[in-house]
Amino acid sequence: MTASIGVVVFPGTNCEHDAVAAVDALGGHGRLIFHTDTSLGDVDGLILPGGFAHGDYLRPGAIARFSPIMDAVRGFAESGGPVVGICNGFQVLCEAHLLPGALQKNRGLTFLCQPSVLEVVSTASVLTSGATVGDRLDVPINHFSGSYTCDIDTLRTLTESDRIVLRYADNPNGSIDAIAGISNEAGNVVGLMPHPERAVSALLGSEDGAVLLRSFLDAAASASVA
Amino acid sequence: MRFLAHVDVRLRHGIADPEGATILRALPALGFDSVASVESGRSFRVELDASDLEAARSMAASLADRLLANPVIEESVIEVEPLG
Repeated sequence: MTASIGVVVFPGTNCEHDAVAAVDALGGHGRLIFHTDTSLGDVDGLILPGGFAHGDYLRPGAIARFSPIMDAVRGFAESGGPVVGICNGFQVLCEAHLLPGALQKNRGLTFLCQPSVLEVVSTASVLTSGATVGDRLDVPINHFSGSYTCDIDTLRTLTESDRIVLRYADNPNGSIDAIAGISNEAGNVVGLMPHPERAVSALLGSEDGAVLLRSFLDAAASASVA
Repeated sequence: MRFLAHVDVRLRHGIADPEGATILRALPALGFDSVASVESGRSFRVELDASDLEAARSMAASLADRLLANPVIEESVIEVEPLG
């Protein structure tokens, strides 16, 4: 069946159409959900896409966290619905405490917009269930505040419970333990800084993001059946 | 009563501060050879109404903790003074 994917749009979000196009290209059905909405409607999965929600004022994601739609996002996530936050969406999920830790300014204070090589660390998440541990994926990054950080206890928990989902091969932004993406305890909420939706076509330089989004669509489709 | 709260948000000890490190590295070029360390942060001045100084302090602490600072990586120092 076709998975219906809601893509949440905050003021300043700018990757929502890429996300919808990637979902549609992979056989799902994407549709936009506005930040002032209070209900998600009938969706099987949620993407919080990249951009600069509320101008990244204060901290990336700090204001978006209080958007009217976020109560519904939290409810969907807590009931086991598949949720992925990409780039700014990852920052929003951290600020909303749906994922632990925080994203800081990149090491070197440089805005990074470049291809990056990711290594699949865990397949126990809705984004990586169709990949294989050790897979190396060519997926671009595009961020200024992408350096993942957390306290040592959180890092230990993430490591021991197989919640580090993706690592950078060369850690361009100085993230702790080269973390590019993590999941919540249940594996249904994932945040990552790289942009898989920009890597679903050879024409755009890489198709390696497709395995991630396909896993996500499969998880959404089966969540819908359940 | 109206109060002015100065909220100073700084990174927790041990959290990397690339901004402070970059400023520190730039200072010798201006002739400041004896600067030992630089920590970056940001400050807010918040005017608020409260029944007394203690209530104002409590409100400032709460809004700093819930919005102005991210307790995962930051901490805030707050000073409150009565206004006119």
